[in-house]
Amino acid sequence: MITLQTPISEEEIRALHTGDIVRLSGTIVTARDAAHKLMIENFIRTDTIGYPELYEKLKPLLKGGVIYHCGPVVAQNEDGSYRFVAAGPTTSIREEPYEAEVIEHFGVRAIIGKGGMGPKTLAACEAFGAVYLHAVGGAASLIASAVEEVQDVFMKDELGVPEAFWVIRVKDWELVVTMDSHGSSLHQQVKEQSEARFKELVGLV
Amino acid sequence: MQDLTDAFVELFRRAATDLPPDVENALRQAYEREEPGSPAQSVLGNILENVNLARKQSTPICQDTGTPIFYVYYPAGWSTIKLREQIEEAARRATAKSYLRPNAVDSLTGKNSGDNTGEDFPVIHFVEWENDYLQVDLALKGGGSENCGVQYKLPFNELHAGRDLEGVRRVALDAVEKAQGLGCAPGILGIAIGGDRGTGYEVSKRQFFRNIGQRSETPELADLEERIYEEANMLGIGPMGFGGKTTVLDVQIDRAHRLPASYFVTVSYMCWACRRHRMIVRGDEITYQ
Ligand code: SF4
Repeated sequence: MITLQTPISEEEIRALHTGDIVRLSGTIVTARDAAHKLMIENFIRTDTIGYPELYEKLKPLLKGGVIYHCGPVVAQNEDGSYRFVAAGPTTSIREEPYEAEVIEHFGVRAIIGKGGMGPKTLAACEAFGAVYLHAVGGAASLIASAVEEVQDVFMKDELGVPEAFWVIRVKDWELVVTMDSHGSSLHQQVKEQSEARFKELVGLV
Repeated sequence: MQDLTDAFVELFRRAATDLPPDVENALRQAYEREEPGSPAQSVLGNILENVNLARKQSTPICQDTGTPIFYVYYPAGWSTIKLREQIEEAARRATAKSYLRPNAVDSLTGKNSGDNTGEDFPVIHFVEWENDYLQVDLALKGGGSENCGVQYKLPFNELHAGRDLEGVRRVALDAVEKAQGLGCAPGILGIAIGGDRGTGYEVSKRQFFRNIGQRSETPELADLEERIYEEANMLGIGPMGFGGKTTVLDVQIDRAHRLPASYFVTVSYMCWACRRHRMIVRGDEITYQ
């Protein structure tokens, strides 16, 4: 079993190939639609940085870091801290228009989600040394139990609980590499194979 | 008539947190079948671990607790108005207890009601029957799996699918191919042959209350179930679409009479999180299965 600990180096990423199973530990950041839009509009496709404080906090977290596509169910403890109750992945393809630029800008090394992403993200993984890690869709209780600590949250009031940037520490989270930094996508391979078999089965070849 | 609200809350809890044994067995058998160390086996291992943990902690198996679909079989004399009120109140309480995620959104305003009640939500089918006890079947069907449901109108020329069982086979396999990457595989196919557009979906979803491996009593349909099951698994889509031997856990088919002019084949998809539970009420005695 391959283990990864954040921050992750480019060498570690380049050693990974589609189909590899990894165990991830360390600090990661959740971001879905609204968070991606915010990063693009305020940090990347702009001359003046909006939310400079947030920008300074995110930079070190995302350098060699990991973004998780997740809208968690979160509970607040009596002492005011938070805990993740359910934390399954959400469909990643919605971030396809943004993710390549986010990877390049911040030096992100891994994206976690479900369903895989498209050619723009795959090209960015190759160019800048990143991978896509697939979580098991629906495995909400298991994934929540891999989240050891909620360390921080940004923009919770502005974006709402599911869309906020949650900074969490995970331990031994099992994930599958489905897009690597060598231009290979397991999603594309499986799709091509199954299409060919489908055509045979219904006599369309 | 007795107040069953608390019993319905318990039914919600069980459905959301306790996967039925036949589904879990099918997942375990799939785990054994896949190559050791493969991504497919890793997914199934994670799913089984998750199922265990959810049951132990009484937390949701999946965060999308879906549309609650009820079938209420009642003896003469029960009030369906009261039963509906009790089910709705139970949905509110089950949401407050976090057994259910708030999942009912007003289609005009986009506002989430916050308590899993609303227009035609939860979905309840009432059926009067001859037995002297009440039976309530509940399934929770998630959005990702609901989105891959599809209705074909035969003939369907693109696939050379005519108005016969061979045509049904072709469109069913097409539906599996198209569900790739959408609903969380391995799933279960519920298929309705015939009916109108409405009953087509209703009959196809009713199949999800059958046990895995329970074949149709109609021999032609039983054969077709077997064949589509085997061929769907030859597609190699695999758990979570990572490739592998297990793309579907089962295929279950039924039929409804149709108009001479129409031949619909409706395919509904249920993801691996096939959450269903049954409650039986005999006098004061309430049991769950
Ligand atoms: S498809 Fe099923 S398992 Fe996947 S997220 Fe939706 S409800 Fe959960």
